[in-house]
Amino acid sequence: MVALCRRSVAIPSLIAVMSATESSADTDPVLRTSGLSKEFSGFHAVSDVDLGVAPGTVHALVGPNGAGKTTLFNLLTGFLKPTSGTITIEGHDVTGMRPEQIAQRGVARSFQIASLFEELTLAEHVELALQGRDGTGYRFWRSDKRLRRYAAEAGDLLDQVGLGGMASTPAGSLAYGQKRALELALALALSPKLLLLDEPTAGMGVEDVARTIELIKRVRADRTIVLVEHNMKVVGDLADRVTVLQFGKVLAEGGYQEVRDNPDVITAYLGEAVA
Amino acid sequence: MILTRLAKLTNGWSPVLRIGLLVVGLVLALGLPWLIYPPVALDITAWALFAVALDLLLGYTGMLSFGHAAFWGSSAYATGLIAKQVGLPFYFAVLGGALVAAALALPIAMLCVRRSGIYFAMVTLAFAQMIYFIANQWRSVTGGENGLQGVPRRFFGIDLTDSFYFYYAALPLILLGLLVAWRVVHSPFGRVMVAIRENQARARALGYPVDRYKVQVFVLSAFLAGIAGGVYAVGHGFASLQEVYWTTSGKVVVMNILGGMGTLWGPVLGAGIIVLLEDYLATAGIDAVGLVTGVIFVVTVLLFRRGIWGTVRHLVRSRARDRNSDRAEAEEPESRPAPARQG
Repeated sequence: MVALCRRSVAIPSLIAVMSATESSADTDPVLRTSGLSKEFSGFHAVSDVDLGVAPGTVHALVGPNGAGKTTLFNLLTGFLKPTSGTITIEGHDVTGMRPEQIAQRGVARSFQIASLFEELTLAEHVELALQGRDGTGYRFWRSDKRLRRYAAEAGDLLDQVGLGGMASTPAGSLAYGQKRALELALALALSPKLLLLDEPTAGMGVEDVARTIELIKRVRADRTIVLVEHNMKVVGDLADRVTVLQFGKVLAEGGYQEVRDNPDVITAYLGEAVA
Repeated sequence: MILTRLAKLTNGWSPVLRIGLLVVGLVLALGLPWLIYPPVALDITAWALFAVALDLLLGYTGMLSFGHAAFWGSSAYATGLIAKQVGLPFYFAVLGGALVAAALALPIAMLCVRRSGIYFAMVTLAFAQMIYFIANQWRSVTGGENGLQGVPRRFFGIDLTDSFYFYYAALPLILLGLLVAWRVVHSPFGRVMVAIRENQARARALGYPVDRYKVQVFVLSAFLAGIAGGVYAVGHGFASLQEVYWTTSGKVVVMNILGGMGTLWGPVLGAGIIVLLEDYLATAGIDAVGLVTGVIFVVTVLLFRRGIWGTVRHLVRSRARDRNSDRAEAEEPESRPAPARQG
């Protein structure tokens, strides 16, 4: 916006034009989907979703169970191929790309059901993520002891998510909430431009939820975050913009207050509660 | 008891124990032809490298190839052909054979890696059967059912007719192959292999092109299997259809499961046990190799899922861990705040 204003000052006659194009400049999104659909043998898990996530924002996806939030995440990260529609990240069409290609474009995700390397330690997890970020996994003729150069960075990340001092614990022996925290550490280790978090606070106690909210507030500074979340307190605390999904379709989109007061949304949630 | 003491002595799998094991292994490898019939000693080392090569795929990357005879066998034939045609020391023939195996593995790997689990095993088996068919039919080159006879043991003009001496000439190749496997397993690349075994989707999400890694491991595994198969062919003086038959693929899988996959010592141990057992049964005139190895296989799967070496390692490690945590508790008597906040 500042840049826009400066430019428009230089050419005053363009002010009117600039304000007209302002909306299009605003919606130069990091992530955009258009007409995105996924059908599983007749079941429309995601249908015709248009989504635009502006840079530097936290965008929450909410909706009742089965609304298609996780399917949408899997489409965005290449784990599922869309039936139709396109996905662009920073203006590049990534539709149909493989998960690792999308990850290499600076997109990191956490998994709703913690997805870890059960036999590896926490430090080894984060080291693998850091090595993945640096693309040095092909080095086969040197010792893996060199990975200790990541030790400080890995320890720092584990501290941030509240797993400090557990570096040599195998991931398989973590409690549920701790696995979620490790998920977060792995996603952050990739220093992504776009961070996709699938229910980051699910299964956490009050204290850990608070810490996770603080952490997300801290790391949001230089990145864009898309968040699937059931906990409305978390959504209210973090989200700049909220998209409500129901039956795979966008039901409503807007600021938190706006969406919360939307009669359709209230019906969707209450309707479910009554049924 | 011994395990506890071992763990106490070495604090788990410490460098002392590692180096001790390495020394014992090397001494055993060097002394083997004094202890047992030299051709059997050679068989053990060749199968050991073959089993380790498969373990890179099976134990470390989590891909069960049920067609690895294709690479052991194709290298056996290629090595034999090169040794017969070219008057160079047999090292070059073995290297050539291994390169043929690796070249064969590349397209097969690219076609197989998209499948996983039992489907991967089936596709590799299917390709191995195709190789078997070709070896059987292409008589002018492979000798068909007669096999490829008269593979020479050329070695810088030194007479290696005696298997005792040939063993020592071949051992460096085997050890070099094992060194490559060790280096790769304990490298950043090896970490990625284990990550793929543990959770492919997660490895992808971290930006690792899993399929490409799998192809690379597969080709490397075939190359090492090729070194082993080449040494075996030169050692025996021939390459036969047995080398590309599916029972050979099965045997090397059994060696891994018996010894302990996902370890380097395990497959070596498994190879030693199976080869010695077969030799013993054959000399005793008992025609029941399949039955005996089958029973051993079933017992291993039912009782020691980790295999012999895997079970020992697990025990030593868990003793060491218990002892460490006991000590940690003793040193910190004041109870820390309960970490179990998670719901």
